[in-house]
Amino acid sequence: MKSSNVKGWLYLLPAILFLGFFMVYPLIDVFIYSFEEGYNFASQTSFGIGLYNYSYVLHDGYFLQAVKNTFILVIITVPLSTGIALLISLGLNAIKPLRNLFQTVYFLPYVTNTLAVGLVFMILFKKTAYSEGLINLLINRFGGESVDFIDGPYWAKMFVMCFYTIWVVMPFKVLILTSALASVNPDYYRAARVDATPKRRIFTKITLPMISPMVFYLVITGFIGAFKAYSDEVALFGTDLNAAGMNTIVGYVYDMLYGDSGGYPSYASAAALILFVIVLTITCVNLLVSKKHVHY
Amino acid sequence: MRVLLEHLTKKFPGRGRKAHTEVIAVNDFTFEIPDGKLVGLLGPSGCGKSTTLNLICGLEKPTAGRIFFGEDDVTTLPPENRGVGFVFQNYALYPHLTVLGNILFPLQNLKGAAKLSKEEMLKRAKEAAHLVQIDNLLERRPGEMSGGQQQRVAIARALVKMPRVLLLDEPLSNLDARLRLQTREEIRRIQQETKITTIFVTHDQEEAMSISDMIVVMKDGVVQQIGKPQEVYDSPVNLFVAKFLGTPPINVFEGRVSGGRLFVGGDDILAAPGVTDREVWVGIRPEGFVLQPDGPLRCALSRVEVMGRDTSVVSSHPAAAGASIRSIISAENRVDTDSNAVRFAVKPAKTFIFDRETEERIRFGGQ
Amino acid sequence: MAKQVDYEKIGRAARARGAAGRTVIYALLAVWAVMVLFPFYWMVLTSVKSYSAYNSEYIPKFFTLSPTMQNYADAFTAVPLARYFMNTLVFTLVTTAVMLVVVVLAAFAFARLNFRGKNAAFTLFLSLMMIPSELVVITNFVTITNLGLRNTFTGLILPSVTSVFYIYLLKENFEQIPEELYKAAKVDGTSDIKYLARVMLPISQPTIVTITILKIIECWNSYVWPRLITDDAAYFLVSNGIQEIRENGFGRENIPAMMAAVVVISVPLIVLFLIFHKKIMAGVSRGGTKG
Repeated sequence: MKSSNVKGWLYLLPAILFLGFFMVYPLIDVFIYSFEEGYNFASQTSFGIGLYNYSYVLHDGYFLQAVKNTFILVIITVPLSTGIALLISLGLNAIKPLRNLFQTVYFLPYVTNTLAVGLVFMILFKKTAYSEGLINLLINRFGGESVDFIDGPYWAKMFVMCFYTIWVVMPFKVLILTSALASVNPDYYRAARVDATPKRRIFTKITLPMISPMVFYLVITGFIGAFKAYSDEVALFGTDLNAAGMNTIVGYVYDMLYGDSGGYPSYASAAALILFVIVLTITCVNLLVSKKHVHY
Repeated sequence: MRVLLEHLTKKFPGRGRKAHTEVIAVNDFTFEIPDGKLVGLLGPSGCGKSTTLNLICGLEKPTAGRIFFGEDDVTTLPPENRGVGFVFQNYALYPHLTVLGNILFPLQNLKGAAKLSKEEMLKRAKEAAHLVQIDNLLERRPGEMSGGQQQRVAIARALVKMPRVLLLDEPLSNLDARLRLQTREEIRRIQQETKITTIFVTHDQEEAMSISDMIVVMKDGVVQQIGKPQEVYDSPVNLFVAKFLGTPPINVFEGRVSGGRLFVGGDDILAAPGVTDREVWVGIRPEGFVLQPDGPLRCALSRVEVMGRDTSVVSSHPAAAGASIRSIISAENRVDTDSNAVRFAVKPAKTFIFDRETEERIRFGGQ
Repeated sequence: MAKQVDYEKIGRAARARGAAGRTVIYALLAVWAVMVLFPFYWMVLTSVKSYSAYNSEYIPKFFTLSPTMQNYADAFTAVPLARYFMNTLVFTLVTTAVMLVVVVLAAFAFARLNFRGKNAAFTLFLSLMMIPSELVVITNFVTITNLGLRNTFTGLILPSVTSVFYIYLLKENFEQIPEELYKAAKVDGTSDIKYLARVMLPISQPTIVTITILKIIECWNSYVWPRLITDDAAYFLVSNGIQEIRENGFGRENIPAMMAAVVVISVPLIVLFLIFHKKIMAGVSRGGTKG
């Protein structure tokens, strides 16, 4: 009995070592950092314990800008991407020929390097000295004014950011919703047809309740993912997001940690914990709402 | 509502490697179901009985042939316009709705002139629930009920819109043995109370025989025989039907007609007047045996199973197609269990002759 | 007959509605397919346009009649793309391999071995799934820096080799293998490690392959950690490399060469996807439903 106890833990040992060192310990440590005032990275000393780091972060204009950007991004992209994904999945579910082809094509962005494809989006939207950029030409064609989406006005940059984010998160959502729709027992639809149920009522009374657990799952993970947005923004606007005015909370954390403005793990920790609290709160709210509306 | 099927045929394109071949699920099915009858579609799995049901309900489109409800040709009509009630094998109750919600569902779909007031809907739903005796379960969800209760809800949901025809797909297959007996009585009762023309599909012959006004026996998409259960049992048209109906199943022997006599192996068991000499299959129902010390059919006795009212004698015969012969005789007869032989006479009415090649019935005597 | 209903007409109308609906659906699906594919087309197209041709097109052309491979040559010579590529390959392969060993051992322990504290340990593992990486990355950055492991493969790889989620996924899979097989193997005197290698791994091969592919994708695209831990271009991975190229490479705004680099770093995963798309999609959707 004793030897089998040892053996079990032995098999777990590598995982425990890695997780302990790179997950559990940092988790505790991040709290400590966030309360250590005036931490000096070079000498690894601090003046004392307090809430100064939080107060600094909350009064930092860059942080507030990042919070604003992140919230706008979340509020626009989560409902929009989930809604479009639902439409696309319903479309996919309604056809037979070409269905697999469409599904495969739609999933392609999931496996591509978002940093790399972001560059393509940048050149599509960017206005330069020698070219208006493809999107601007389209806008001109329909009688609009050219806008520099990458270095131009805030709303234009925000538009590209949301557009690219939706493009990036769509594959996962379409995949999940398509398989959720496909797993609804076809007998329900047959029963509904025999009972002369109108299409819209089939959707609201049967399809939607049946896939509601998955929809809520996507909304929850969508919120979490959007709050952690960072690398898509780097792809579009470059590494100096503060200068572009398009930083996100996660971007702010990393900038505090490293780079030209870096070297402040305490501020980074405080910002990361604030983000964590926001995400946790929203997730709990989501779970409460879903408890109310998902019945089984 | 009278239901008329005329030369109904359904072919499916083959799948995968058999892409060139077609599967004929239903082949040239013609049948009239009189108004208010309970009809059982019976056959082994894959015989086309479920496809037939789907054709009647409109979930499948026939390749050829026509379907009439009363005088209306409904062949091309989508299912929602046919006014049929359908009970699915797995019930297909909406898990997120209560029992009442499920029963109300079809009524809430009604549009235009047919539209009902809230009170009227509730009244109809409660009537339907009362009919299937689930009045006290209206607020439950399907997940919280037994299979039998779910079945009743499914029937109530199908009945609540007062369908012209009620269709049931394997209504008893998901229930355990005890519930099955009870539920089939229930289906019979509901059908007789509502007088709705009802068609149900089953692979269980006992189920079909016990409650149907008429049964349709199918095999490989082709209708074998249509008739009242007792008629079909007493007078099967071919070996397949004879073997498919009856528990215990009919005993089959290799036989031969020679000079107006029917032989099983070397035993001359019956007169078969009017049948020309040929090789045949002989089918004898278990109740067609009469224990007789000098009977013509000489069998080797294996064992005797006493089942109260009846006694089941298990024996064997060199010409039997199966390993053993099961005969049922009245328990008053004593079988000498010490002996290893047993002799029977057979009842002409319970003995059928089939052509060895075509397996079609050959009638003899006054049959 | 009280009411005369033209059933023929109702049937025809229903069929017509169905056909019209399907056409609209196909059109919408095709629009989204174009939205998905167009950036890929544009990146390949731009990468084969010459620098001068690209810059002289005030209105970009949707095709080119004189494709050139010059940009690809530039991508490999003017910037150390080949080095980024090799770095990523090494990082991906080593990380995935080490992760597989760690994950398989842990999943086996949870699925088949009985030891004191197993359930508590498993609950603890599961709760770790909820920890966002943003929280732990700060300390990890400090740790790796203090250990002097910046700009080394060790520093890049170590924090990325465990995944609680994959342990969970594999454990579920292992548990579906009948325990009788394990008992039979014990009776035959097979050691645990041998049983794991000879029986469990082959049976769980589909899950292992899925995990491997997903991890490869994750590694190939990872950006944040490599960016924090490397500032020497000799250790850049492709994601950092492409950022570096964007900001400092190719002199002024050589977009075609940049696109060539983008194509080069995208191709391996796209090829992987085309080969394994069924497995990848099944794996992601399973991960999604269990998540």
